[in-house]
Amino acid sequence: MKNFKTEYLLHLADNALILSHRLGEWCGHAPILEQDIALTNITLDILGQARYFYQYAAKSDNKGKSEDYYAFFRNERDFKNLLILEQPNGDWAQTMLRQFLYDNYCLLLYQSLTECSDNQIAAIASKAVKEVKYHYKFSSEWVMRLGDGTEESKKRLENALENLWIYTGEMFEITPYETEMIKLGIAPDPSKLKHKWLENTQNIFKLSNLSIPKTEWFQKGGKTGYHTENLGKILTDLQYMQRSYPNCNW
Amino acid sequence: MKHSENKKNWPLWEVFVRSKRGLGHKHVGSLRASDAQMAVENARDVYTRRQEGISIWVVESKNIIASDPGQIDSLFDPASDKPYRHPTFYDVPNEVKNI
Repeated sequence: MKNFKTEYLLHLADNALILSHRLGEWCGHAPILEQDIALTNITLDILGQARYFYQYAAKSDNKGKSEDYYAFFRNERDFKNLLILEQPNGDWAQTMLRQFLYDNYCLLLYQSLTECSDNQIAAIASKAVKEVKYHYKFSSEWVMRLGDGTEESKKRLENALENLWIYTGEMFEITPYETEMIKLGIAPDPSKLKHKWLENTQNIFKLSNLSIPKTEWFQKGGKTGYHTENLGKILTDLQYMQRSYPNCNW
Repeated sequence: MKHSENKKNWPLWEVFVRSKRGLGHKHVGSLRASDAQMAVENARDVYTRRQEGISIWVVESKNIIASDPGQIDSLFDPASDKPYRHPTFYDVPNEVKNI
């Protein structure tokens, strides 16, 4: 029988791991030193969240594997992260917009998880909510600055929106493992987060001179393991050491 | 030159942090930011990563008025022969704590 709780925990963990890997790619490359440090701080918050979820997934899976196994020895088809998180960093505008669209969703999700029926998930979410609140503030302010900045920054932000918007619909799709988690009172129904998410997005977009694209069609699949080509490239980097030197330590 | 500098660089800000133990805000360094809000956030990320504080002040560096280093002699030397200004000429009773 499928262990739905493990699948759900891996979905949460994979979201955090893949995003933190992408953000980590900025380390040493951000526009100025201060933003470089700010972004790596955020990266480490999110990597920390990934670890908590992997550790709990390992326990829930009950196969005697460590958190590292789930991060380093699974293939693309096993990863359940949202497609938007594996999209390339692009320029600063694309990274900040991706972060805003996700932070907005993640904050609603974690806030809901703090009241879930599973104590361990509720505890992890309570710790993470404080972090994500700051990430949300950080990314939404950058979206406003860029949207209300120069011609160039506005153009870049619009370009980012065009690249990313089709990946936002997936956040609110319900997978089989979420259906089971909703029944147990563990996960919120993601489709019910959409209204608030859209409202927050509209508010920030209004201050950023952006409008919500009129797209009816959204790309989906990441949550059940169907990814864009980007994930394979991320895993090549991310898993290289453990694949080449299994169980190496430092 | 001044113009191109302003165009390329964000303004410089001085950062003051109040440590957990209370007391006053202490100058910890400076950073660049495009506006005051970003300066506070950058200060949070650059100067309080290791739990250094519970409160941050930022002020744009150009707004700081400093004493003239060339006047060190006239400003500060006159205090050097007035040790009686230090409260060290009496014994503190043992009962008085926290001094």
